[in-house]
Amino acid sequence: MAKVIGLTGDEAVAYAIKQCNVDVVAAYPITPQTVIVEAFSEYVFNGEVDTEFVCVESEHSAMSACVGASLTGARVFTATASQGLALMHEILYIASSLRCPIVMGVVNRALSAPINIHGDHSDMMGSRDCGWIQIYAENVQEAYDWTIQAFKIAEDKEVLLPVTVNLDGFILSHSIEGIKVLEDEDVASFLPPREPVYTIDPNNPITVGALALPNYYFEFKVQQDHALRNSFKAMGKVFSEYEELSGRKYDVLHTYGMEDAEIALICLGSTAGTARYVAKRLREKGVKVGVLKPWVYRPFPEKEIVEAVKEVKALAVMDRACSFGAPYAPLGSDIASILYKSGLDIPVVNYVYGLGGRDVSPLDLEAVVNEILEVAKTGEIKEHLKFLGVR
Amino acid sequence: MSEKKPLWQTLPIAGILLEPKSSLKYKTGDWRGPFTPKINQEKCTKCLLCWIYCPDGAIERVGDGVRINLDYCKGCGICVSECPVKAITMERL
Amino acid sequence: MLIEIRWHGRGGQGVVSVSRLLADAALIDGKYAQAFPEFGPERLGAPILGFTRISDAPIDIHSQIYTPHYVVVLDPTLLKTINVFEGLVENGSAVINTDKSPEEIKQEFNIEKFKVYTINATKIALEILGRPIYNTAMLGALVKASNLVSLESVREATLKRFKGEVGEKNVAVINKAYEELEVS
Repeated sequence: MAKVIGLTGDEAVAYAIKQCNVDVVAAYPITPQTVIVEAFSEYVFNGEVDTEFVCVESEHSAMSACVGASLTGARVFTATASQGLALMHEILYIASSLRCPIVMGVVNRALSAPINIHGDHSDMMGSRDCGWIQIYAENVQEAYDWTIQAFKIAEDKEVLLPVTVNLDGFILSHSIEGIKVLEDEDVASFLPPREPVYTIDPNNPITVGALALPNYYFEFKVQQDHALRNSFKAMGKVFSEYEELSGRKYDVLHTYGMEDAEIALICLGSTAGTARYVAKRLREKGVKVGVLKPWVYRPFPEKEIVEAVKEVKALAVMDRACSFGAPYAPLGSDIASILYKSGLDIPVVNYVYGLGGRDVSPLDLEAVVNEILEVAKTGEIKEHLKFLGVR
Repeated sequence: MSEKKPLWQTLPIAGILLEPKSSLKYKTGDWRGPFTPKINQEKCTKCLLCWIYCPDGAIERVGDGVRINLDYCKGCGICVSECPVKAITMERL
Repeated sequence: MLIEIRWHGRGGQGVVSVSRLLADAALIDGKYAQAFPEFGPERLGAPILGFTRISDAPIDIHSQIYTPHYVVVLDPTLLKTINVFEGLVENGSAVINTDKSPEEIKQEFNIEKFKVYTINATKIALEILGRPIYNTAMLGALVKASNLVSLESVREATLKRFKGEVGEKNVAVINKAYEELEVS
């Protein structure tokens, strides 16, 4: 029997990192990620891990140190949020371009200004094109499970890309939930020490980070895009192995009620749980609502989403981030693109919600369902992009 | 300029150069214009300032003195300006 | 069934800790639980909220709690400043730290549709802990009023979270509050 312990999202990530035999952690604290760094530094202080903990002076330095450490062949973790992720921005691209399999916990928080410490996806969406694999956890258990799986996906020789595991600030980071944790030795067998492909080593010198001008640069970018899209293959293997170990089955997309859904909501992170709660209750009244939760946001699970939604009559796409001046918010854009690509003519309403941590209640989501039912009935979209719960 | 370049599938990942010192193959000496630095070994005090300042590492140490490796010298003349005893001059070949 | 509990107190009174202790106890009982703070600024002395959810099935929902089955009021002075009963479901319960009787509170606030339990947690805390920290006393009272979790699990969770003498004293507080709360 697996142990059940009560942990906050941040504590669960730190606990996972303790079990992952991480060589280097370089991190700078920022609310609501701080507890990850605090809890992990306690493990270091108590001698429970032999990780080299690098206290840096900023997130820019944190990610730079992570890149350097990763290039030596080390298993590397960091965590950040909001402004911290924004400050890392330029190094995020270097980490993915240099194919460093770093894992980073991103405790999603709004971006300034005005200053706000609460949960939304503006931080990660601001860096969504950075070439990292991006995963969103719905609850504390998922934050734990994804952190462990992330290393195995990142370090796969066909992948060699960094991964962010996103968890909603406060909603998950500061909430206690009962989670099933694995035994240390089980994690150790699932995740043996990293076997790097290339390392920087004074005895066998190679050149990393050289100049590539117009005659070479483009090819490296195509390589990177290919590796990211191709990472689905490695994920499939990792999901089966992790299921064998934990009994918990992950995938790139989670669906609820899509077998007979008339309409569906698509959301990332913790809101997917609330949406499922609403859908379950409405289904008792005969309303056929489905919920899609892309666990993996980059690479985008196009095929799986198209397959799941092809029979629905209308879709609500929920975005906890704004893409100022764009036709849709980030997830809305992705969904609209794949519907166009696959020739599906399904009406979509894109809802921007919960910015700066504004709560999204079951009643809010019920209102969304009712609006989408109306769209399904009439085929008419009054507003393509709506701001849910704004005054 | 018709050198065939590798496709993205065949290049090492991340722009990594696996062979050490591969830059040695890239002989930038043919970028040099008509002027070439020349060391007057009698005036040279072996202070090594030119060796430090050369941006291309084209000045090599030989014994306790220096020599210019023309395979890599681009002819910038920095060594001429830095030499405190005016032992290096640019000469038209 | 999904049971929702809202804790009222002031910053520094251990509202978040007690919301977690209850969740810990529910987990020991083999139930599903969730505990989280109010998603607002943490300010010493300001009225704040804590939340706990307990269920026999996995908990999907991740919004705040709007219609609690129980409200627990740690600080008696809050009754005058905010409506602690807001959203409390019909036949739900309010457990309040006060020296007044349930009848007095019901009369004062015109309460008809839910139950009221009162306990002088301030007195218990001062007697045993010597400090005005009433959170664990209110936990003992809630457990008696609600039977949501077993007293044994609450003790275990408390000793796990508070080591040594602090743990022992808090268990004594919980026991005392459990004994003293009158359930009709």
